[in-house]
Parts: sequence; C-alpha cells; structure tokens
Amino acid sequence: MIISVASGKGGTGKTTVAVNLALSLNNVQLLDCDVEEPNCHIFIKPVFEHRNTVFIPIPRVDQTKCDGCGRCQEVCVYNAIAIAKKKVLIFPELCHGCGSCTHFCPHDAIKEENKEIGVVEIGEKSEIQFIYGKLHIGEMMAPPVIRAVKKHINKKRTVIIDAPPGTSCPVITAVKGTDFVILVTEPTPFGLNDLSLAVKVVRKLKIPFGVIINRSDLGNEKTDEFCTSEHIPVLMRIPFSKKIAEIYSRGDSIIEALPGYREKFQRLFAKIKKVKISQG
Amino acid sequence: MKQIVIISGKGGTGKTVITGAFAALAEYKVMADCDVDAADLHLLLNPKIKNSHTFRGGITAFTHKELCEGCGACRAVCRFEAVREDFTIDPISCEGCAFCHFVCPQNAIEMKVNTSGKWFVSDTRFGPLVHAKLGIAEENSGKLVSLVRQKAKEIAEEKNYKWVIIDGSPGIGCPVIASITGVDCAVIVVEPTLSGLHDAERVVGVTKHFNVPVKVIINKYDLNCGMTEKIERWFKDKNIQILGKVVFNKAVVKSVVEGKTIIEYSNNQVTKTLRNIWRLLKEELERTN
Amino acid sequence: MKVAISSSGTTVESEVDLRFGRCPYYIIYDTEAESFEHVENKSGQAMGGAGIQAAQMVSDMNVESLITGNIGPNAFRVLSAASIKIYSGATGKIKDAVEKFKKGEYKQVNGPDVAPHFGMGRK
Repeated sequence: MIISVASGKGGTGKTTVAVNLALSLNNVQLLDCDVEEPNCHIFIKPVFEHRNTVFIPIPRVDQTKCDGCGRCQEVCVYNAIAIAKKKVLIFPELCHGCGSCTHFCPHDAIKEENKEIGVVEIGEKSEIQFIYGKLHIGEMMAPPVIRAVKKHINKKRTVIIDAPPGTSCPVITAVKGTDFVILVTEPTPFGLNDLSLAVKVVRKLKIPFGVIINRSDLGNEKTDEFCTSEHIPVLMRIPFSKKIAEIYSRGDSIIEALPGYREKFQRLFAKIKKVKISQG
Repeated sequence: MKQIVIISGKGGTGKTVITGAFAALAEYKVMADCDVDAADLHLLLNPKIKNSHTFRGGITAFTHKELCEGCGACRAVCRFEAVREDFTIDPISCEGCAFCHFVCPQNAIEMKVNTSGKWFVSDTRFGPLVHAKLGIAEENSGKLVSLVRQKAKEIAEEKNYKWVIIDGSPGIGCPVIASITGVDCAVIVVEPTLSGLHDAERVVGVTKHFNVPVKVIINKYDLNCGMTEKIERWFKDKNIQILGKVVFNKAVVKSVVEGKTIIEYSNNQVTKTLRNIWRLLKEELERTN
Repeated sequence: MKVAISSSGTTVESEVDLRFGRCPYYIIYDTEAESFEHVENKSGQAMGGAGIQAAQMVSDMNVESLITGNIGPNAFRVLSAASIKIYSGATGKIKDAVEKFKKGEYKQVNGPDVAPHFGMGRK
C-alpha cells in the first residue's frame, strides 16, 4: 500500500506523522517528496548509499544545420525560444523539457542536452529504505524531481510519502497514484481553511483519505465539525505538548523518545487499512 | 515606497501571524497575500472584496473524440503521462506544452485556456489587500503571484503609500521566487528546530541567488533555547541581521481563532517584541535608499 | 529609420511605459516620414517569457532602435542578437522622449539594467 501524507497548510506535522509512522512499521519505504525543503532525513538519519542527479532535457541548436525557419519557436508555448536575425536563442529557465521543438525541427538541428535540476539520494535505516529528492536552489520546478523520487517505489513494501505543503502541482505530483492520503491539520482557522482546499484536491484525485488533527487542544472545534459534516474519518489526534515540540526541534522521533507512541502509530496504520477498504 | 516579503522555507513558522502584525503596525500600506495555494491572511484581515477578476493561467489539451482516429501519436510524444489509453487527456497531469496538439494528424486536440483562479482587490481595516485563490489542482501559481505583486505595487504607487507588505509561501520554488524578486527586504521567519534551520538555509540561498536583502525573526524561540542559539550564530556568521526573537505564547493561537492580529488581541511579551521588530525594520529600510 | 518606444497608451501624448516586456503598447516612430503608429503588446499576458516574446515581436518589426524605461536580461539578449540599439531610462510623454532621442540625449545601453521579473512588482 502507498500512503501519502499531505496537508494544505505547512507546519501542521506531515513530516512528524510520515517519519513516526514509517519507524513503527516493518518492511517500509519512506519517500520524502517535499523536494523544495526535505526534512525527513533529519529524523531518520539514514546511511546513504546512492546519489542520482535529476535532469530535464533542454534543447541545443546546431547552428550549422539551422536555417532560422522558426518552426521551433512556433511550437514552443513557453516562450523559451526566440529567433533574432535567423539565429535561435534558447532560454533554459523557461523550458519544460517537452521535446516539441526537437521533434518539429525540419533540419534535425536540435538535440537535447541534460540540465541538472536536483538530486535523489537513497539510504537505509533499520527496517526502512529511505529515498529523498532535493531541488537545487534557484530552480523553479519541483515536479520532475518528485517524479524521479517516485520512480523508486517498491510496491512489495509499505510505502509512505511525505508530500509538500500547498495544493498545487508539486502536491498533486506527490500524491497522484497513491492508495491513501493522510491529511494532517491543526484545529485553527488557518488549518481549517487550508484543510478544506486539500480535501477538494484529494477528492478531485479520487483517492481515499482521512485526517489527523495535530496540536488538537490548541484551537477550536470547527475542524471536528467540518470532518463530521463532510464524513471524513479522524484517524488520530495528537495533543500539543512542549515535550513533543522539543523532541521535534532536536531532530528526534516521538516514538523513540516517548512511550506509547509506537503503538499509537501502529494502530493508525491498522485504522488506515480499514478506512481504505470501506472507502475504496 | 518599500516592499517587504515575509517568507520561511519551512511551513508553519508564523509568516501569516507576523504579516498580520506588520499590517496592524505599519502606516500607509498595501497588503498582498502571495501564498496563493493556501491563502490565509484574509482570515485575520476580514476583507471586503471591491473587485474580483478571473485568472487565466495556462492552456490544457482536450481531445475531440469524434475527430480522433486512434493513431496514438499523442500518447507516444507526451512526457507528462497526461494522455490516457483512450487518447483523452488527464487535465491534472497535462502541462499544456501542446506537443500532442501539434502532432495530431487529425487536428483532434484543442488547447483550451484555463480559468485557473481568481484574484481580488479588497478593503480591510488596515488598508487595501490584494489576494488570490488558485483553483484546485491548478498550476502556474508563479504567474498568479506575480500578478498579485504587480497590482499591490500599482495601488501603493497610486495612493502614494509607504509600504507593500507581502505574505509569502513556504518552499523555494517558482511561487516563492516570484514573491521575492525585486523586494527591498525579505524577512525570514525561523522556528528553533533542526528542520526550521535546514529550510531557512535553503531559502537564504534563494534570496542570495536573486540578490534580495534579507533579515530574520526567530519565532517561538523558547521552545528550544539551545537551538535558538545555534540559529543566531549561523545567521550572525552570514552577517544577516536578526530583528528579534518572539516567545511562544498560546495567546497567538487564540488571536487567530478570533480572527484578529496579535497586536489587536493582546498586550504581552509577544506584542512588545513585534512592535520592536517593526520599529527596527522600519528604521533600517527608511535609512537605505 | 524606425524607433520603437514602450508605451502606456496609443498616442504620442501617452506616457512612456517603463517596462519593456509588459507594457500594453509600442509606438513606432518613423524618423523620415515623421509618422507614428501603435502596436498592441500581447506579451503582457504571457505565462512566462514576456520579455522574450515582446523582444521577438519588436525584432520582427524592422526597427533599428528601441527606447524604454528598463530592460531585463532575456529581452536584452534577444534584441542584441537582432542588432537593435537599446536606449533605456526614458520617462515622460512619448513625444518628449522622441525629441530627446532625436537630439541624441539618450545613451545606448550595453547590458540589461534590471533583474529578471522586473515588470512584476519592483519599484
């Protein structure tokens, strides 16, 4: 089963849930798909074994074959190609790597070259195979790096994906194709506002889901009311605790530092399996 | 007129609460909510929408099945897994590159313009607010962020205001880049955790890459004083000014629940620190020209 | 000889628009015929690469020079490749900018004078 952990609002506890759930189970893969700001490795502290660079293909024009016909510029919707005095100019930061210009050049004058935009690292820690992606600073697009991380999914294991915050394309890329989504929220107006957006995304993707309410005693009851009226299962509640905040701030996992939480996360997993069957 | 953006790298550090505080403290300003995926500033500012506009973010492919001959050229060329087995398009995966549209021998694929969101100009008790709502599962949030920025700037110039205060989003990608380019100062809100420091380091990298001046606020600092010290040292080594350290206080959550900025809700150590921070930031920015 | 000027409106009474890529119009001034025409700039609505698209359009217009407020690196690259002379720092009304240009008061620029995304939000 592939479980993704998302939220809408940042800072609600996605990484906390993803990490501690992964540490409570056997035969697990943990994929950190928050490639702009990956954090799971801080808590898992894996031994890294492999590192792969992530590329997107950028066109390069052979000026000796090019006659300035402009066909490449016509088919580029991103304005990544300009023609000035029959000379082709490529703008790599606007290129989405779609391959259209290369295909349509009538003189075979365009070849694709790889531009590095990030890395994927793979490691191990006890029962967990850990994979994370990191987008290079200054690069704009997270989805290609997220797709590169997800290529390592091994369906024979229980896969947990830590998704990025938000509701747009990086989150969609991370959550798409997973079997269940855990939405982590906090019971405040900000949390509820963003949760309702995240719920719409997950419903559009037609994936079964449930909610975890973190810092559950800091806020109001509106989040609970929302979940009840929308028939969304609340899978777990984690009350605010300065101890948990302090453990997190050090980069330690809750289940290793506080008794009882390993069982709580194992029960969470059992509940997810039940909910998935009932919703699926 | 100076533009300030509040960013963090990591989510949940307190950007929106601090933006709300600056909105309450600054005079003659326009606010802009550039966290368009998950906009929250309106929950503190209670805006009255004066005008709203649709945002056309990009294009998405659409197959006219009656023209399709099933040759599969579209599926063969699509690199984004957006063409289904029946040659219809999955709009969520489609990146609008139009390769399929150009390659289809029957001209069966049309590129349709997306109405992918809305943006608004509103009045609030603190002044004008420009904000937006990106549609569910839409992309091009960088362009929408740029639009919100542009409109906020225009209003500030029109009314001869002193400040544009921008609530940014988490991360380092295209929406964040669009919210920081050309500002007079990016204020990074850090929390005293290893994750928070790690993410702040990356977002500092982005500000340097785009030549944006940067300052820091450490929020909820007493949750781990050792970590706070480590963060202070890191920023001091980089010659980045720390505007202040805000203590953790449950009153902040209560103020959010009530839909008020912390400045309006209470009078305590948090508000005292934020007033000092604003005063310091204001003086620094008024000095430089 | 034709000169393009980034403009906020369609006549010579309009103000120069400082942003090359996202201005709403260009006024094309013909120095021999002493005539003006205006062209709409559709690049302002571009997803990205507005400067590139605008520069592409201007370079297809057979102008020798461009007068604008500021120009970013992408547009600069396209216009230079098209051998178009660029004069930045212009302000005021179009007709006054044209007079200053004729008197040689504008200096040609050798590089972009603003960072990318200038037209989006910078002072």
